[in-house]
Amino acid sequence: MSLSRRTFLGATAASFAAGRAFGASKAKLRIGLLLPYSGTYAALGNNITDAMKLAARERDGKLAGREIEWVAVDDESDPGKAPANVNKLIAGEKVDILTGPVHSGVAMAMMQIVRQEKTLTIVTNAGAQAVTGQLCAPNVFRTSFSNWQTSNPCAEVMLKDGRKNVVLMFWNYSFGQESMAAFKEGFAKGGGKIVKEIAVPFPQTEFQANLSEIASIKPDAVFVFFAGAGAAKFVKDYADAGLRDKVPLYGSGFLTEGVLGAQGAAAEGIKTTLHYADSLDNAANRKFRDAFKKATGREADVYAVAGYDTVHALAAALEKVQGDTGAQKELIAALEQVRLDSPRGPFRFSKAHNPIQNVYVRQVKGGKETVLGIAQKDAEDPAFGCAMVAAK
Amino acid sequence: MTLSLFGLQLLNGIEQGLLLFLVASGLTLVFGVLGVLNFAHGSFYMLGAYLAYWIAARTGSLLAAVLIGVPAMALIGWIVERLAIAPLYRRDHLSQVLLTYGLVLLFNELQRFAFGNDVHGVDTPRLLAFRVPVGSAQEWPAYRVFTAAACICVAAAMRQVILKTRFGMRVRAGASNAEMVEALGIDVRKLFSALFSAGTALAALAGMLAAPLTTVYPGMGESVLVLSFVVVVIGGIGSIRGAFFGALLVGLSDTFGKVLLPGFASAIVYAVMAAVLLVRPRGLAG
Repeated sequence: MSLSRRTFLGATAASFAAGRAFGASKAKLRIGLLLPYSGTYAALGNNITDAMKLAARERDGKLAGREIEWVAVDDESDPGKAPANVNKLIAGEKVDILTGPVHSGVAMAMMQIVRQEKTLTIVTNAGAQAVTGQLCAPNVFRTSFSNWQTSNPCAEVMLKDGRKNVVLMFWNYSFGQESMAAFKEGFAKGGGKIVKEIAVPFPQTEFQANLSEIASIKPDAVFVFFAGAGAAKFVKDYADAGLRDKVPLYGSGFLTEGVLGAQGAAAEGIKTTLHYADSLDNAANRKFRDAFKKATGREADVYAVAGYDTVHALAAALEKVQGDTGAQKELIAALEQVRLDSPRGPFRFSKAHNPIQNVYVRQVKGGKETVLGIAQKDAEDPAFGCAMVAAK
Repeated sequence: MTLSLFGLQLLNGIEQGLLLFLVASGLTLVFGVLGVLNFAHGSFYMLGAYLAYWIAARTGSLLAAVLIGVPAMALIGWIVERLAIAPLYRRDHLSQVLLTYGLVLLFNELQRFAFGNDVHGVDTPRLLAFRVPVGSAQEWPAYRVFTAAACICVAAAMRQVILKTRFGMRVRAGASNAEMVEALGIDVRKLFSALFSAGTALAALAGMLAAPLTTVYPGMGESVLVLSFVVVVIGGIGSIRGAFFGALLVGLSDTFGKVLLPGFASAIVYAVMAAVLLVRPRGLAG
């Protein structure tokens, strides 16, 4: 088929005109990404970013008709550099929406600024309680989880399994402390008893001495918080010390997330609670995992899910306000109404802007994370100290 | 604490100390004889662990990894010494710190490039995948017994080499007066190359033995390096014997610190170092 010159010119002119008119009312939507692209958490930052871009492509690269311009800054998971990085995105790059980070320390620094600047902010990983607790703000949402959600439901699971006398072991920094506090709250309510608490300085990974201690105490079970390399090492040491077959191991989901391969047979039988599992059997999850694999060549994970849902939640809310990020009040109201059929299951925001989501019990069987069921349906963070919850 | 638990914690501390000795002995020799502050020593430990993971994943045998990996790392150590360290012998410590710290960054990037940022596990050799009962209620992994025994063997072999061989004699002479050794017609250059290469191989061996225990992850070299420096300082610079007892002291104080003073555990090693330096400012063997 050949185009005549006249129709070609006409079509071009028309599209130019349309483009200009469009451009005037619909500037590009600038989304800031404050994520780690180097260091220990680089893989997490990349997965969140790629999942966000995947979600955007599923919407033809546009949110409410506005094209997206991504502005990414490597936060290096360094809380010390966070204020400068946040300011760079808000004041320098003038992003419409700020997203990130992975590290809770960076998130705390970010909160101080966005509460002043009122930038619409979506936290895509960091689980610090304060983000949707003491520091909660109308312009701040979270699409990942609160630390409370990853460990409180495990208390019920353990009590149901008949584990009454339990040893706690955790890395002694905010994530570990908050996880343990949430667990203890649920465990005490159900009549469980904490026999001993072992706080390990972060990021030490020499556990042998403490494991010998656990073996001499002989508790019904052990509940732990470790993540990443420390989790891989802990689970192996636990099995090597002969404890795996004697004292069942429970934990928040980060104990096995992403390190199952390194843990190998040592992880067999461990039960954890988390708001997602790779093997979760629903249509949205299958579709998401296939698409992510096709786009990146990597397997999707819990971090990618948060990135994916962030863009879909934003898209749904922006459509209600015709893509006008200036109408922040209406946009926030629209976000509060968002209901997603997420790969993790039903998803909506609480009054404190933290996800209300199912938390699942998972168990490692045959080297794979299998879902045993729902530990807590529509788990909602108690949002201690959040003024928005009290007000409504 | 019951007696059997105390005995077990004693074992835990000694085992941790012995592994640390393998790393620290190379560091103290290179510092004592060559006069070089080698920050890259921890990187050799990390590279050893990654090599163990890489070779064991392909051959299914940790022994093969050690047999291939240790000579390979000795060669790498020799090359690094010739290319990077040798020109620095007559320079001050600051230049050495800068260069070897640069090497740390280089090796970290190489590791990221070759192996990625994931955490990897290395399987315990099947022959040693059982547990030894200790006392009535406790068990100890056989692989830890093996590493402890292996470290003792290496330490004994090092003692023999240093006390009984010509090479060892030169090393001892070099440690006390390198210029005099050179004046006596001994090729110090070759001696230094051999020593640096041996130190590298020792650090890599420690990394390989530790790989099934610690898993393999980015940045694993740095934490070992800090502890090794503590051992070198406690033991007295350049002294293998000092490093041996220093490492045991660090291992034991870390282990018992964790059990008895959990809130203070991360500081206890440094408190012990300070206490030793107050009594013996030049270290245990200084």
